[in-house]
Amino acid sequence: MTRIIDARQLTPVTKLFRLDAPLIAASARPGQFVMLRVREGGERIPITIADYDRAAGTITIVVQEAGATTRRVCALEPGDSLLDVAGPLGSEIDLPAGGHVCGIGGGFGSAALLCFMRERSALGDRTTAILGARNRDLVILADELARVADRVEVCTDDGSAGFHGFVTQRLAQLIDGGGAGRPDAVVAIGPMAMMRAVAETTRPHGIRTLVSMDPLMVDGTGMCGGCRVTVGGQARFACVDGPCFDAHEVDFDTAMRRNKAYVREEGIASERAACQSGRSGGHASQAH
Amino acid sequence: MPVRRTDKTAMPVQDAQVRAHNFFEVNGGYSAAHAAFEAERCLRCQHPLCMDGCPVHIPIRDFIHAVAAGNLPDAARILRTANPIPSICGRVCPQESQCEAECSMGGRFNPVAIGHLERFVADWERTQALSIEPAITRTQKVAVIGAGPSGLVCAGELARLGYAVTIYEALHAPGGVLRYGIPEFRLPKAILDWEIDMLKAMGVEIVCNVIIGKTLTLDDLTGKLGYAAVFIGTGAGLPQFLGIPGENLNGVYSANEFLTRINLMRAYDFPNTDTPVRVGKRVAVIGAGNTAMDAVRTALRMGADEAMIVYRRSDEEMSARVEEYHHAIEEGVTFHWLTSPLEVIDDGSGWAAGLKCQRMQLGEPDASGRRRPIPIPDSEFVLPVDNVVLAIGTTPNPLLTRTTSGLAVTAKGCLLADDATGLTSKTMVFAGGDAVTGAATVILAAGAGKRAAHAIHANLQPSA
Ligand SMILES: Cc1cc2nc3c(=O)[nH]c(=O)nc-3n(C[C@H](O)[C@H](O)[C@H](O)COP(=O)(O)OP(=O)(O)OC[C@H]3O[C@@H](n4cnc5c(N)ncnc54)[C@H](O)[C@@H]3O)c2cc1C
Ligand SMILES: Cc1cc2nc3c(=O)[nH]c(=O)nc-3n(C[C@H](O)[C@H](O)[C@H](O)COP(=O)(O)OP(=O)(O)OC[C@H]3O[C@@H](n4cnc5c(N)ncnc54)[C@H](O)[C@@H]3O)c2cc1C
Ligand code: FES
Repeated sequence: MTRIIDARQLTPVTKLFRLDAPLIAASARPGQFVMLRVREGGERIPITIADYDRAAGTITIVVQEAGATTRRVCALEPGDSLLDVAGPLGSEIDLPAGGHVCGIGGGFGSAALLCFMRERSALGDRTTAILGARNRDLVILADELARVADRVEVCTDDGSAGFHGFVTQRLAQLIDGGGAGRPDAVVAIGPMAMMRAVAETTRPHGIRTLVSMDPLMVDGTGMCGGCRVTVGGQARFACVDGPCFDAHEVDFDTAMRRNKAYVREEGIASERAACQSGRSGGHASQAH
Repeated sequence: MPVRRTDKTAMPVQDAQVRAHNFFEVNGGYSAAHAAFEAERCLRCQHPLCMDGCPVHIPIRDFIHAVAAGNLPDAARILRTANPIPSICGRVCPQESQCEAECSMGGRFNPVAIGHLERFVADWERTQALSIEPAITRTQKVAVIGAGPSGLVCAGELARLGYAVTIYEALHAPGGVLRYGIPEFRLPKAILDWEIDMLKAMGVEIVCNVIIGKTLTLDDLTGKLGYAAVFIGTGAGLPQFLGIPGENLNGVYSANEFLTRINLMRAYDFPNTDTPVRVGKRVAVIGAGNTAMDAVRTALRMGADEAMIVYRRSDEEMSARVEEYHHAIEEGVTFHWLTSPLEVIDDGSGWAAGLKCQRMQLGEPDASGRRRPIPIPDSEFVLPVDNVVLAIGTTPNPLLTRTTSGLAVTAKGCLLADDATGLTSKTMVFAGGDAVTGAATVILAAGAGKRAAHAIHANLQPSA
């Protein structure tokens, strides 16, 4: 059992949790994730480690409601516990130090930039975070990121905050020398469609670009092969070989199709979870 | 001389038509009368060859003799001393190629049903109220990595020898393949749980959700955590793929994924549980080992109309237990021998719709000693299928070795360890089971765990 120390609603569908997990905090690195279960009979789901505090023995995760399990997580409050949290899993983001690193976050992906940007800044990199969201209410952790990165740029589809447009449009401006200037490396974490668009934006410029793949996972330890992603024509397991891969080598079409394999079943599970716990948002009866 | 019965006493089984649609155990187990009857068939050879056939040298003759004499406590003691997990091995060991292959009755008649008797005794023991006391008498602690049969047995032996043992397991539940791979209809989880409860009662601590190499390093265990020795029993869980076109289509699983969704995550109870699995009307399983047989029979139980084995060699080369093969036939599994998969065909929306195959013939023996399959020209055909499950083997997971310095591995990624002791290239670090041998058997894993426990004991005792 892993106790929730803090919980904070970031948007109507995303919630930040600080967990008491000293062993994981002690060895976590940017880009890694945990596998968690909320209850007996529940799914094992992967969630990125957004941040860690070795001294306090805590890790931070940000969970976005997608279906049954994430909804159950988001119904939890400080003092509640998660049934299992295993990690840190996956490899850390592998980039040589030096130069200008641009982290791009979409949705809950922005959270994953927290410890990454802090570490890159500490290594002496110039750091820019570009956060994308549909509108200003869905932008998360901009202030926190502003404390660890040299520069934070917000992009909204509707123009309600920051740059009016997609993260890729803003990225293209940087590449052309605008704002903080051309990045030497780009790390994109967010919805698959966004990551693919980022890959296409940097490809013609030959900028090293990593994306954090989020395939369906069962064990997260390299045992089931369910998380396989085609990278450079080869099958790679996201849970042990990734989750970050060279964006220009990833077969996004296959990855996106594989993620939809269980849409029907997920719909059923989601409805049941909603019936069992009521809509989340703080009033939900808590699953222990 | 009384006339020897030449046939094995039949094992009561669930009706094939019924069991093909449920997860209850196929074999019902001997009654006391069955067991006594079968035990009488043993010739009590002066030099029991069956013992030579058993990887852990269970005194088979003696335990069977105790059964015949109605002395079940003795039988249980003899068995458990040699094999700490008899209720599991009695169910899953390939007896036909081990003990029973050597049985003197076996030449002309059916060999004595040693496996069925082992299971009977172990199951009887489980009905007894055993009082188990924590046995920790020593200050030295030992860590075990992985809660599969090798790790569980090693921990049990060490606890018996008085050590404080902690097992670190990556998943949320102990058991290894016994939990996530072998299905309920062959090995009920209740039996595995009972064995694990026994270990806990002896004082073994099991910590789940800790991945050694990630959460803690191996050096943390021997260093800051102060374990005097470590046993690595991490298995060979990394699935292999064929590399054929269409392998990443939806509906194509590794056997590990398919079985893990169902066994560990209980997908058969979806939506009461949250993890789904999609099983269509026609399921092809590639391979013919125990894993393939489990996957294909599981597919039937998950509602497939047709579940088939596709294997590039013939039934002669099949590595599955014979009993499981026969059970599979009875349940209606179909077999495509000498058939090699070439491509998984897309239904147009990214799901598997067919398996393109090629017929094979057998040529000269290859490096494995088995006759090499050779494609027959122009013999391609398509099997219409909704799912393809790959059960073509596994290799050791590199997770631990990648993150540990000084741990030597073979070219195939197996841990290098001494045969007799399990000692690896690192001081006071031992290993055994599939992590060392590559995918093998439960009894070999158990035997390796036991040997390593005694080697650890020998190394930890102050030389007197
Ligand atoms: C390495 C990794 C890190 C992740 N980090 C985070 C994180 O920090 N925060 C977070 O909120 N989520 C994260 N995810 C995604 C998260 O695991 C899924 O949203 C979750 O498994 C959905 O579970 P569910 O039961 O709530 O929804 P489900 O009912 O399983 O799914 C609901 C919908 O989401 C889709 N879906 C399911 N799993 C994924 C997935 N992995 N990626 C994309 N779509 C998916 C389904 O196709 C379906 O449409 C991560 C995934 C991976 C692989
Ligand atoms: C479907 C299937 C059916 C089979 N049927 C039979 C049969 O009928 N008869 C038979 O004799 N054999 C059978 N086998 C083979 C048998 O199950 C294995 O040989 C045996 O389980 C190996 O035991 P082990 O202890 O070496 O490893 P495993 O059983 O693989 O256990 C390893 C454990 O270590 C854990 N682990 C791995 N890495 C780490 C880490 N870094 N940190 C912490 N924990 C870790 C894993 O999660 C797992 O729990 C079958 C195998 C399969 C897959
Ligand atoms: S999640 Fe099972 S192998 Fe990666």
